[in-house]
Amino acid sequence: MTLLSRPHAVQFNLESVRDDFPILKRRISSSKPLVYLDNAATSQKPKAVLDAVTQYYECHNANVHRGVHILSEEATDLYEGARQKVQNFLNAPSSKEVIFVRGTTEAMNLLAQSYARPLLQAGDEVLISHMEHHSNIVPWQMVCEQTGASLKVIPLDEYGALNQEAFTGLLSKRTKIFACIHVSNALGTVNPIKDMIQQAKSVGAVTIIDGAQAAPHYPIDVQDLGCDFYAISGHKMFAPTGIGALFGRHELLDAMAPYQGGGEMIKYVSFDRTLYNDLPHKFEAGTPNISGAIGLGAAIDYMAQLDWVAVTEHEQDLLEYGQQQLSELNSLRIIGQAPKKASVISFWMEDAHPHDVGTILSHAGICVRTGHHCAQPVMQHFDVPATVRASFAFYNTRDEVDALVEGLRHVRKVLVG
Amino acid sequence: MDVNDLQDLYQQVILDHSRTPRNFRVIDDATSTVEGFNPLCGDQIRVFLSMTNDKVDDISFQGKGCAICTASSSMMTQQVKGKDREQVHQLFDRFHHAVASDNDTVDPETLGKLAVFIGVRKYPMRVKCASLPWHTLKAALEQSNQVVTTE
Ligand SMILES: Cc1ncc(COP(=O)(O)O)c(C=O)c1O
Repeated sequence: MTLLSRPHAVQFNLESVRDDFPILKRRISSSKPLVYLDNAATSQKPKAVLDAVTQYYECHNANVHRGVHILSEEATDLYEGARQKVQNFLNAPSSKEVIFVRGTTEAMNLLAQSYARPLLQAGDEVLISHMEHHSNIVPWQMVCEQTGASLKVIPLDEYGALNQEAFTGLLSKRTKIFACIHVSNALGTVNPIKDMIQQAKSVGAVTIIDGAQAAPHYPIDVQDLGCDFYAISGHKMFAPTGIGALFGRHELLDAMAPYQGGGEMIKYVSFDRTLYNDLPHKFEAGTPNISGAIGLGAAIDYMAQLDWVAVTEHEQDLLEYGQQQLSELNSLRIIGQAPKKASVISFWMEDAHPHDVGTILSHAGICVRTGHHCAQPVMQHFDVPATVRASFAFYNTRDEVDALVEGLRHVRKVLVG
Repeated sequence: MDVNDLQDLYQQVILDHSRTPRNFRVIDDATSTVEGFNPLCGDQIRVFLSMTNDKVDDISFQGKGCAICTASSSMMTQQVKGKDREQVHQLFDRFHHAVASDNDTVDPETLGKLAVFIGVRKYPMRVKCASLPWHTLKAALEQSNQVVTTE
């Protein structure tokens, strides 16, 4: 069941949604309301998530899977319950296919080391794209170094979309792994990922999708997508930091060696031999982030009661309105104008370096991200050292877009005179 | 953070140097050149240094940077020209102390024109922008032909 098909969705009411996020009432320098436009870096957390975490610590705190006492049972139920919520959120066939990780970065490193490293040989290829986050570049570079496989890169076009013809041309029997971003954090581009997965599978590649920026904006259905692995980060989808999830198809996860060794991931240990635990515990060595998982479950519940048709409409309105308003400013270049975009606007202003823009906007209570967004190859492609990025969540408003535009006019005044 | 802090940061002198940086050129026969790199924002500058008898005979820079980094590079080149190695090191220490330390013991007098950068200390994320050219110069002085980062 995807979010879209969930019954009993309530209407989307912007004011009441904003009330759900305590931080949005904050003021900066005592007078200016907070304008938080850095959602692609991390999202804010609704009260329901904060309450779930507090409630766990106040009433149920214990280690999981270890004690027979009542608290341990409750904590285990909450933790495993959260896993089922992630399973529903991703529409994974089984909760055994959901591994809790720290986030997308850890998921990619787990796959590179536990899945790819034993598999890859010289002559094999790992195919990624030019718009990957560093977390989906560096782990593959490392494993290529370790195995002699080579890294291939799907090029970007001038609008910030992936060149699909080139992608098809790069696929071959040598392509053992296709690891690609679903939605770009630096550009907002939404890739035609289902079609790309299908093509990659047709040459026999294993498909790994970075869903960090897709999960906060779109319903995800891993069965419909047909991918082998899909990674998400909780903190970008209204949950706490330090928790994320990796979906993996059962037969693949089952055949993989563990990523880390320790408690929890074993059935039996002696100095002669160790039996690994079953899925998903085989990949969760040590005490997990219990409160984080519970917070992630609460975030998924929170998202599920929103009307996602209305959410998408609202976010797309913010994107279009924002792009239109920004393009009226002189010498401002929007970086990334792919036909299909999530609510992310990256831009470059002549005469105003992103770092200066960020500092001056911050004085007006406006939080944007400035820098290379952990996607330096994207910056190189567009020949800029960095960009300013405004990224919107469903709780943002048109008024906040106006505040940004006003703030940018002020930036010009300060820097250019 | 108040409005005055912002004015302290973007003083007229700083804005002037960032818009029209001085010594923004290549020195072909430099005795050493070093690249400085700020991984936080992707800024990259290159300092060209020409030493004669242990004195800074000529110095210039190239590269892309924010207003703070560009102005700091520009003013640095003006301040160190003609100074000997020891004097440059002293100035480096004073500048570094002025922008990066928490205590209030900086005497603007000892910094001369560079005192305009004291406002940077209120912006911990921006200290690196101001100090990148100085770290790069220090590396150039040590004749180490290596890449410098602010991390
Ligand atoms: C597209 C994308 N992939 C991966 C990551 C890494 O996620 P995390 O830092 O949560 O591991 C991020 C965010 O930083 C991202 O935006």
